[in-house]
Amino acid sequence: MADTGVDKKRRRFLIGATSAVGAVGVGAIAIPFIGSLTPSARALAAGAPVDVDISKIASGQMISVEWQGKVVFVVNRTPEMLSQLPTIDPQLKDPESLDSIQPAFAMNEARARDAEYLVMLGKCTHLGCAPKYRPEVAAADLGADWKGGFYCPCHGSRFDLSGRVFKGAPAGTNMEIPPYYFKSDSMILIGENGAAA
Amino acid sequence: MNGLLNWVDARFPLTETWNKHIAEYYAPKNFNFFYFFGSLALLCLVLQIVTGIFLTMHYKPDAEMAFASVEYIMRDVPGGWFIRYMHSTGASMFFIVVYLHMFRGLIYGSFKGPRELVWLIGMLIYLALMAEAFMGYLLPWGQMSFWGAQVIINLFNTIPYIGDVVSTTIRGDFVISDPTLNRFFAFHVVAVPLILVGLVFVHIVALHAVGSNNPDGVDIKKLKDERGIPLDGIPFHPYYTVKDIVGVVVFLIVFFFIVFFMPEGGGYFIEHANFEPANALKTPEHIAPVWYFTPFYTVLRAVPDPWYGTLAMFAAIAVLFVLPWLDKNPIKSVRYRNKAHLINLAWFATTFIVLGVLGVMAVTDGLKELGTRGTQIYFLFFAVTYVHSRPQQANYLMWFVVLLVTVLFWDFLRYDSSFTANQVSLFWQMLLLPIAYLATTLLLPHFVGGANKEKEVPTRVTG
Repeated sequence: MADTGVDKKRRRFLIGATSAVGAVGVGAIAIPFIGSLTPSARALAAGAPVDVDISKIASGQMISVEWQGKVVFVVNRTPEMLSQLPTIDPQLKDPESLDSIQPAFAMNEARARDAEYLVMLGKCTHLGCAPKYRPEVAAADLGADWKGGFYCPCHGSRFDLSGRVFKGAPAGTNMEIPPYYFKSDSMILIGENGAAA
Repeated sequence: MNGLLNWVDARFPLTETWNKHIAEYYAPKNFNFFYFFGSLALLCLVLQIVTGIFLTMHYKPDAEMAFASVEYIMRDVPGGWFIRYMHSTGASMFFIVVYLHMFRGLIYGSFKGPRELVWLIGMLIYLALMAEAFMGYLLPWGQMSFWGAQVIINLFNTIPYIGDVVSTTIRGDFVISDPTLNRFFAFHVVAVPLILVGLVFVHIVALHAVGSNNPDGVDIKKLKDERGIPLDGIPFHPYYTVKDIVGVVVFLIVFFFIVFFMPEGGGYFIEHANFEPANALKTPEHIAPVWYFTPFYTVLRAVPDPWYGTLAMFAAIAVLFVLPWLDKNPIKSVRYRNKAHLINLAWFATTFIVLGVLGVMAVTDGLKELGTRGTQIYFLFFAVTYVHSRPQQANYLMWFVVLLVTVLFWDFLRYDSSFTANQVSLFWQMLLLPIAYLATTLLLPHFVGGANKEKEVPTRVTG
């Protein structure tokens, strides 16, 4: 009441305003703390896109490079290798790569920007083991039907030369394609889709 | 002596606090075996803190040095192996004790009013404990530390849109690496223990404000003598302090038997793959979390879609929080509830253990289907518990149909044309499990009057 000398309306307003300012302060001070949890400059540098010189990969050969602490396979595929990709479609779980992870440009048979070069994470989609590159046709341990591809020693998942998983493998989806683009004819940059994409 | 006590009491409520919480805290006189586990949980907390402090004096939270520093503790630090095995065994024993403590609350209705807050705070302690254990398991930087953390942190990746940012922020890097280890160390030794100790304090304050429940679920505060002391109450000290010492001695015998004779707990307390340093390029053959997480891991695997699986896993924990508002039956203890409720609790406990066992095993068609059926029963339990709130008025037939249709709808969603013949036959065979569950908990009390009969709750505690 007025005669008690207490203006309750004003008191409520001041409590509300003080609480609001306090809440903003708490929210603001949280920003640097949460920020400190995000990757540091050093981690970012290690996770930066990497340049790969592909001019030295002989036809049919594969190299492994590291990007963000993961292994990336780069394969220079021969025309013969590419020509058989469509023929094995019926044996694959996801021949069109509909359920698999890749940039939009790799949703094709070769799963690549330029069919000749396969750029793919070297990680089995089952439990993350590293599959082996087995290009030799009809390898003794993989059977006469083997047309070349990737074989995971952990649980026996088989992938074709585009990293597409065969039916009957424990892995569910095709191997992952990272974002990348061609900086020049002999240089690719892994980690970015580039201006074109 | 008395002079000193008076001097302190004039400045700090020492005697008052001692009396309120120990010497004049009247607890029901009929506590049984299950009432050991509250004080044993406290003992575990103290053991973990003390051993943890001494481990911190030798451990190096650095990806390059962590594994070697743990081996250094095991081999070169005098008594280091003993302290570390107490810590690793203590983690598993802590969970055994806490699960039994929660089971006690479940069967005697200790979560019901007026103890809802005690239950909620207890659930928060359980959550904090899981976070503490998970982060502690990364510190030895062994293969299972690394890959277990990989799987769990990748769960956050499944969140739509922001998953990537969330998991990167948790790791502090794009892969699990030194920053991840360093921050998990900070959380494990400073942040979460502080939260745990605070929550345990509040848990006990809340309990002592409303008083302890007992195996009869009788409110002892209703009948008091002329001095205002509950007729069925006895002071916590010396009666229960002495009783608890017996529990502590038996517990420590078991505890040190494990520490000395089977410190790895048969590969369940410390998994064998963890004796190999973390290697980001080599995945272990079989990744399983430590046993105390496995029931929820099975729930995760029961749902094929990663995001819905993650949601189901967290829902399996979250649903426990609302238990006081699902079970509205005024009778607390299972002793006086109908038989159907006892059967329901037995199903739940069995299902929880089966889900736990499945979680450490590699997936086969049969085990996967069993895990899915177990997950269904786990969630159905909470609906059936709700139905059992009013056994005399409950429309058991309607609920049987409703819940069965829910199960069939779930099955309809997950049934896939790619199922092999074996999977299809397992699918239909194991459909019997949820049907048997619903039949024994809902049809039985409907058709057999004896299974629906509740007993009269006595006014005084028995035994």
